Amino acid sequence: MTDRPPERPAGRVERGTWVELHRVILAPGERAPQVPEETQAVPLEMRVKGFLGADAAVGEEAEVVTPAGRRLRGTLDRVLPAYEHGFGPPVPELLRAGTELRAKLGEEGPDR
Amino acid sequence: MTGGSSYAEVMARRNEVVLQSIGLDYARYRTGVLAFDYERLLADAGYDLEKVSAIQARTAVGSTPLVELENLTRVVRSVAPPGRGARIFVKDEAANPSGSFKDRRASISVHEARERGSPGVAAATSGNYGAAVASQAAKAGLRCIVVQEAFDSAGISQPEIAEKTRACEAYGAEVVRLSVGPELFYVFLRILEETGFFNASLYSPYSILGIETLGFELAQQTRAQTGRFPDVVVTTHAGGGNVTGTARGLAAAGATSARMVAASVDLSGLHMASDRDFNRKSFTTGHTGFSIPFTTRPDRADVPRSAARALRYMDRFVTVTQGEVFYATQALAELEGMERGPAGNTSLAAALALAREMGTEETLVVQETEYTGAGKHPLAQLALAQRMGVRVERGDPAGSRAGESIVIPERLEQVRVVEVDLERLRRSYVRNALDSTPATARLQEADIAFLAAETRTTADTVQEMIDAHRSETR
Repeated sequence: MTDRPPERPAGRVERGTWVELHRVILAPGERAPQVPEETQAVPLEMRVKGFLGADAAVGEEAEVVTPAGRRLRGTLDRVLPAYEHGFGPPVPELLRAGTELRAKLGEEGPDR
Repeated sequence: MTGGSSYAEVMARRNEVVLQSIGLDYARYRTGVLAFDYERLLADAGYDLEKVSAIQARTAVGSTPLVELENLTRVVRSVAPPGRGARIFVKDEAANPSGSFKDRRASISVHEARERGSPGVAAATSGNYGAAVASQAAKAGLRCIVVQEAFDSAGISQPEIAEKTRACEAYGAEVVRLSVGPELFYVFLRILEETGFFNASLYSPYSILGIETLGFELAQQTRAQTGRFPDVVVTTHAGGGNVTGTARGLAAAGATSARMVAASVDLSGLHMASDRDFNRKSFTTGHTGFSIPFTTRPDRADVPRSAARALRYMDRFVTVTQGEVFYATQALAELEGMERGPAGNTSLAAALALAREMGTEETLVVQETEYTGAGKHPLAQLALAQRMGVRVERGDPAGSRAGESIVIPERLEQVRVVEVDLERLRRSYVRNALDSTPATARLQEADIAFLAAETRTTADTVQEMIDAHRSETR
């Protein structure tokens, strides 16, 4: 595999590129009255992906056309954003639980 | 529709926006100060079981296998008293096109949207339902927007929701990812106003009628495999739709003696609107943060009258801990060769404890599984928990505290259920109902009958609960 290009490149990003925008929807003073203090203290942020409407640089105001056909504006934040969720390291506590249960099944015999 | 776009301005016209987006005149069903005709609301939607089943068959939704978990049954019996240990079955709902029973709910909403000529569908959900709506919309040729609560103020995504983002985008949906907070509903309302898309609410009649086939199939499959209807059906419980639709489907099949057990993950102590707590929980649904408030105040949903009314249908309500669900998930993978969940295995964890109480001649059906994958997996959740400072250890899960520790049981006997007091929930339901009614309003006979149906009690019991509440507030 070749190295991925950076998600936040220094130069212009071409119109039509798949990107992610970031926008603050509600600033800390505008949050719903019922939310707890630690949530009041931070903005309500939005991230959405789409095809860039016109050439722009990361950090600039930009527009995307989303897969649903909406035109949305925000700050251009990531280019060809990767899916970064995975599985992570094995968890020994769980591995042992499985082995113990299989041993227990072994004691009971393979069939009733 | 016109008006300002501030939080207060948009929320002030929420009813108008919701009505327009779902096309149902809920006011027509009002029968008292707080009563409404629930059965007529569902019937008027125009989808009976046969029609739902035919619509679902066209997109390969439903008709999922009922699998007997023989190995799990055997290990449960090995730790149960003599003569105890029910046969355990699971309805493998992961076999639906987008990997969960939520396809059943989405199928009827999307069908309805198409019938009405809507240009698209929108849903406010961070769970499997988003992928289900996106999948159904793809098949129907409709555009789709899914709004998720996805990351905290440090930009850390909950891995399970990150996987749902990917799945929705794979089906061609626009995914609006938000940071933590109930203002998600405000963003959702603005999208509905702007696009005129159909609101594929989880709480509409369409959503609930779509689940009835699950209960119906489950009853028939259990009878075909065991000669009898199930004795106990365990359902993971959050917003109430799963319990409601499944119980209605069981009743439609004639399985009226099956006891419905609702099961949730105990997340007490964590605040659902807290930016700090958001990533300190390993479950994004099926937990008490939803199930307790939705059981005691179902109409807190995104429609004026929720079609999901769990208190009407549950015979018992239990909780399990996060560590017990991970343990059950590992057991299902290693003993039955089925890698599923984890959140959908909440009911399975409860089943491992409940089956021990039951006779060997009885059957217990775990009502769903869900697909697993990157992010949506015990390993990903436990890795995030450790990163957030939550301890992961072996021991007795009874000593765990959500947000501080996750305790994986050392022995099967340590998987237990904790009862939720239904009497307390009923009193809480009545209290909430009265508090949402203007002080000057006088309850009518229809209201008392409605509250009795909602709480599965009698008019006399309702009157006692009302009197008790009034003497407390006076």
